Formats: sequence, structure tokens, C-alpha cells
Amino acid sequence: MTARVPLTLFEKLWRRHLVVPETEEHPPVVYIDLHLIHEVTSPQAFTELEARGLPVRRPDRTAATMDHSTPTLVDENGRPRFFNRETEAQVETLRRNCEKFGIPLYALGDSRQGIVHVIGPELGLTRPGMTIVCGDSHTSTHGAFGAWAFGIGTTEVGHVLATQCLLQSKPKTFEVRIDGLLAHGVTAKDLILAIIREIGVDGGIGHAIEYRGSAIEALSMEERMTVCNMSIEGGARAGLIAPDETTFQYLEGRPQSPKGRDWDRAVSDWKSLPTDPGAPYDRTVSLDASKIEPMLTYGTNPGMSVRIGDAIPRDANEKSLRYMGVSPGEKLLGKPVDVVFIGSCTNSRISDLRLAASVMKGRRVAGGVRALVVPGSQEVKRQAAAEGLDRIFREAGAEWREPGCSMCIAMNGDQLSPGELAISTSNRNFEGRQGKGGRTILASPLTAAAAAVTGKITDARTLME
Amino acid sequence: MDPIKSVTSKTVVLPVDNVDTDQIIPARFLTTTTKEGLGTNLFADWRRDPDFVLNREEAKGAQVLVAGENFGCGSSREHAPWALLGFGFRAVVSRSIADIFKANAVKNGLVPVEVGEEIHRALLDHPGWVVTVDLERRLLVLPDGREAAFPIDGFARHCLLQGIDPLDFLREQEDKIRAYEAAT
Repeated sequence: MTARVPLTLFEKLWRRHLVVPETEEHPPVVYIDLHLIHEVTSPQAFTELEARGLPVRRPDRTAATMDHSTPTLVDENGRPRFFNRETEAQVETLRRNCEKFGIPLYALGDSRQGIVHVIGPELGLTRPGMTIVCGDSHTSTHGAFGAWAFGIGTTEVGHVLATQCLLQSKPKTFEVRIDGLLAHGVTAKDLILAIIREIGVDGGIGHAIEYRGSAIEALSMEERMTVCNMSIEGGARAGLIAPDETTFQYLEGRPQSPKGRDWDRAVSDWKSLPTDPGAPYDRTVSLDASKIEPMLTYGTNPGMSVRIGDAIPRDANEKSLRYMGVSPGEKLLGKPVDVVFIGSCTNSRISDLRLAASVMKGRRVAGGVRALVVPGSQEVKRQAAAEGLDRIFREAGAEWREPGCSMCIAMNGDQLSPGELAISTSNRNFEGRQGKGGRTILASPLTAAAAAVTGKITDARTLME
Repeated sequence: MDPIKSVTSKTVVLPVDNVDTDQIIPARFLTTTTKEGLGTNLFADWRRDPDFVLNREEAKGAQVLVAGENFGCGSSREHAPWALLGFGFRAVVSRSIADIFKANAVKNGLVPVEVGEEIHRALLDHPGWVVTVDLERRLLVLPDGREAAFPIDGFARHCLLQGIDPLDFLREQEDKIRAYEAAT
């Protein structure tokens, strides 16, 4: 019997997708199983294809949706109310390109439309063992299924459209080990913010992260997606979690999931993916989940965060604090907010909306606060309506919108005014990210909902039974 | 893409860490369907400050941007290198550059140059230094005579030096891609 070398999940995915190994002359060529596209980062790639007279090599391995610049408001006839002509033209360009190249499109108006990183898993397009790319850095979300998923630029979108392959140097592996259990009122969002604070916003550069440990195993698929989603905020293009029974249960019966004997075969293959005991990682960090508290960002990158009751560090970056209008040593608890945004590819799934609704139920959005709840997809929106969550939000005085990226990227007119302070369940608190001059505090859906009903930064645990 | 062997230029120094692509080109300018014209809005929000470095006389004609560490973090938007190139930059120097930004930069003729702490400090302390990014020798040459080696993916360097489009290389792998598809 020959001894088998123990391999990491990432190493297994790497080996499965290597088309041409690295040589002195060129980096490895890897195969892409699934290419997701949207209206903002694809038009120039299609222009390149057209200029060269090339077809899309595998439209069957490509799927498109409209999410980034799409309106979340409709007119009285149910038609989208575009913010401006440019965003409408961009959406129209995607529609034309998909028609011309034969790409399946989950367009505005389609019952399956939504944020690309919400609908991929929801439709069962995302599956363990795959390589998945999209012209969007939060493609890392799909790693929650044990896929190697990462964001690419528009030139690379063109490469994948034309060849279904990418030239890709092999990243190093980074084990982020989380043992223990999250306390009541502490969410997956708090966990990933705590991880980013630990490793730094550049800690994952050049690495693919694998999240492991008992805390990760205990998470639902939607919680795992929230964690993997923000891998890029820690500098890593990809973040992975090994597939297990939680993964299989989530995927079984999804529209694009394998059926019957194909399903059984797929599951038995997926069971071979988790990291073998003793497989080495290039780097390891460990955290104790039970010590994590609800987190808030106070600065202008996602690594600048504190536990909800803590003061802003004395040595925090001055430029960031000036932009945010906060001071070293100040506590954020009790600070009034102008806007609450619940949505984005990080926190717009049904479990996120349930959390937010659990706090907002029977309460009112505080005077002077604008609260936006934007479901991640039409499917999430329908499910929320079926559970009566939409009524809870509306009766509280929040705006219940159509699915899309909305105020996370603020391309569609959903945006902050200069100087406004928002608490947001999205992923980036960069200067002006949610609108020119706007200021963002990142937090969980529980914390965001608590701020909505109290008008100020509040520990949601004080409002929960 | 035109071949690029070296860039010799004065530097513009932006001594800020973690410059994200939302600063380089804010999302409201991503509604375009072309690559052109983005230079006008490079660092649009920071340029509202008349004293911002890119608004100063000394920035005119500079092709090398020196920035704090973790440059280009955040969104995968290739509009960021397009905007930098549109403004006239041909190289970005930092202690570390985010992965996706780096991958996007080389595909458009913007050279990402990562240097050690000492060289980085010297560059930050001397705005306007005339430096040479020598891609052939993978060296950053400073006016005080120091030379700093910088890492760059060999194939990306080859493509930049020869003006080769990597898509042509990928398309030449068609037989291997087909064989891979047949086997899986």
C-alpha cells in the first residue's frame, strides 16, 4: 500500500482544474466550471469578443443576471424606474449580449433575478468541487460550498468567455480555524468582521482561506456564505468551507442541482473533497468563537472594527476618523444614525431578513431615520412575503424594495447624502462607498435593525427576549 | 497593447495605506460600457480638495504613482487601472498591491511595482523623484543610485515587454482545453 499524501480542500480543487501546468514560460491554465456575469463588468469584455469575432465558448457554463446598477423601485405598472439613462443602457447592453451569445439571463422582471451571489447558490448553479468566477470581488461567497470561487477583472471575463479558462498562479493556503460556539445574538457577520480585524485587510493577499473548526461546522449555509463573502475584505480572493451534510441538505432539490442517481454520485464525490487529516497549510490563525461579540466598524476599511461596547482605539488612523466624524476613545453605542441599510450579497438572504424582522417586529423605525430593506433575490422576496416579514418591515416604517445590490454600491440612485451616517449590513465602509460623502458603519442584520428602531447604535441583545 | 520596456518619470506620492478601488474610481462612474474617459474621474472625490496631490502642478505629466501599502484593495473593477492609465500613469509603486488589482493592471500596461519597506519609505519621503521602472531587469532605479528588485509574474512581464495579449496564448491551448473537457 502506498502512503497517500494528505491534501487540503484547496489543493484537491486545484488539481481537478489544472488544464496546463505551469512552465518557465507561463503560469498554470485552470478550467472554470461556472462563469457568472452581470451588467457592470461585462460590456467591455463582449466588445473585445466582437472585435475579434469570437463566440462564447461555453454559454452552458455561463449565467447572467442584472443586479449592480438596477433600480429597486418600480413604477405603477411594475416597470423598473431606472436612476439614469446610463444604467438603463448598461442593462440593455447585457440583454443584447446575452441574446447574441446565447447566454442564460435571469433578467429584471424574471422570477429568478437577484444579486449574483444570492441566486447562484439559490438556483443550485453553485456546487461543491467547482471553480467559479465572476467580475465581482465578492465571488468568494460561493466558496461556502467547497468551491474555489474568486473575483476577476473585465479582461479576464473576456478570457473565460472565449476559452472557459484562466491563467492563474497558485495561491498559498491559509487556515482560519474557529472553534467554540457563537454566543446568542452574535452572528456570522460579527464572526467575519472579527476575523478580518485579526488578520488585517491585507492579511489574505496571495492566499486562499479555508475556514474550519467547530464554529464553522455549526453554521448554516447562509451563514457560511456571509463568512466567505467577506474573504476579500481580508485581502483573500477566495475563502472556502468544506462541504458537509449542511451543504448537501441546502442543495438537494434546487432547480439546477443534480437529480436521482446523478445526485447520489455527486454527493459521494463531494464527500471526498474535505481536507485530509494532517494536510499542511502555508499559514494558520485560530480564534475562539465564544469570545466574539457583536462587531461595528468605526473607520473607512472593514478591518477597523471594535466590539460593540468598546471604545475606538486611541491609535486609530486619524484621516479615517475625521472622515467618519468620530474621535479616538469614543464609544459608538448611542450614536445617532441617519440611514439603516439591510441588504447586499453579505446579508440579504432569508435568514438575514428573519434576524432583522425579529428585532423590528412590533416596533417602529425611529423618527428621522430612513430604513431600507432590500432582499437579495426575487426568491428571497417571495419567501419573506410568505412569512409575513415584508409586513413587519413595512409596518415598522421601513422601505421594502426590489432585489439588487442597491445601497451597497450605490450605483442605482439608492445612496447616502454627504455627511449622512449609515449602519449597513453590507461589506464595505470605504469613503463614499454608499454615496459621495456618506459614512458607513458595518454591522450584522440584528445590530442594523436595532439601530433602525432606536435611531442610534444599540446592542440588539438588549431588545431581544 | 503597446510593448512597454521601462518607464522613467517623476513620481507623485499618495501617502495613504489601503487605497481602495472605490477611491480610485467611485462606483457612480462605472455605468460606462467602454474603457475610455475614466481618467477624468480618477480619485474623483479626493480631487474635490484643490490641494489634493493630483490637482497640483507637480502631478502634471507624472507616470509613476507611489502609494501606501495594500494599494487597490476592494472591488474587482478594472475601471481602476483604466482610470489610472487614462490619467497618464504607467506604473504604481507600493509595499503591497491587492491581488485582483495587480492582475488587472498588468493586462492593461500598468506596471505594479512592490518594494521593501526601506525603498518605499525613501520614495514616500521624496515626492517628485525621477525614477525608472525597468521591466526588462525587474528593477526600480532611484535617483540616489539605489536599485530595488521587484517581483512580477514572468508571463505577465513577457506579455508587457512584447505587447502580447494573453488571450492569444489561451486560445492556442484549445487542444488541451478540449482534452480536459473530454476527460471530465
